[in-house]
Amino acid sequence: MERKTNIHAEDGKQEIMITREFDLPLELLFKAYEDPEIVEQWMGTKVLKLENKKHGAYQFETTDPKGNKHGFNGTIHEFTPNQKITRTFEMENAPFGVQLEFLEFEQLTDGTSKLNMHVIYRSVAVRDQLLKLPFAQGINMAHNRIQEILNKLK
Amino acid sequence: MNLRRDVFQAIADPTRRAILLLVAAQSMTAGAIASNFDTARPTVSKHLQILTECELLEQEYNGREVYYHFNPKKMKEIANFIEPFRKMWDDRFNKLETIMKKYKSKK
Repeated sequence: MERKTNIHAEDGKQEIMITREFDLPLELLFKAYEDPEIVEQWMGTKVLKLENKKHGAYQFETTDPKGNKHGFNGTIHEFTPNQKITRTFEMENAPFGVQLEFLEFEQLTDGTSKLNMHVIYRSVAVRDQLLKLPFAQGINMAHNRIQEILNKLK
Repeated sequence: MNLRRDVFQAIADPTRRAILLLVAAQSMTAGAIASNFDTARPTVSKHLQILTECELLEQEYNGREVYYHFNPKKMKEIANFIEPFRKMWDDRFNKLETIMKKYKSKK
């Protein structure tokens, strides 16, 4: 069965809810968030720091295809294994500011689990801008791909 | 060359957007569509192929003629700007699931 990711974003609110059911036991789902090596694999990022504890901090760094580095960081406010992570998230050198994330991990059956990710932004405008980011990137990427093809034809 | 076709690639091109506007007003043959552009006929055919692969256009055979229809359902998908955001997370979570399944079987 294909499990789908749902995004719940109401108009005029500065929050979203991301939910997903996994074909994985709860412990394995949580481990994917806890273990820096595994985080690197599925997030496609380098983990510079990941302190899984109250008052801990984390720092990620991704490299885009052009070789530019982008930093992400945050502070961990709550870390309860197999249950919950509360943390902040901030894109460095971006105008969006910090967002607050509540991650709740839930066991469904022995072999399945669920993640609820409640994200709160500073304003409705910031939320909407961030939601549109992958949409804008999709169009830009398409532009670039077309440009690449045209260059090859020249 | 086999490119992954998606609706965002389809609407990124100004000629393709113009084709969509034309066909949305009225179903047309490839020839009739091409006559609206200065672009070479094979280029227009290529655009039609891409739009059809993305399901923004549908082909209907009428004798020897092929008519292109506009598919509003697919266009609605584009209007839903949250879809790429959802897909980004869906891709990530799919990857997480695959990695952890392998991790489990390794143990």
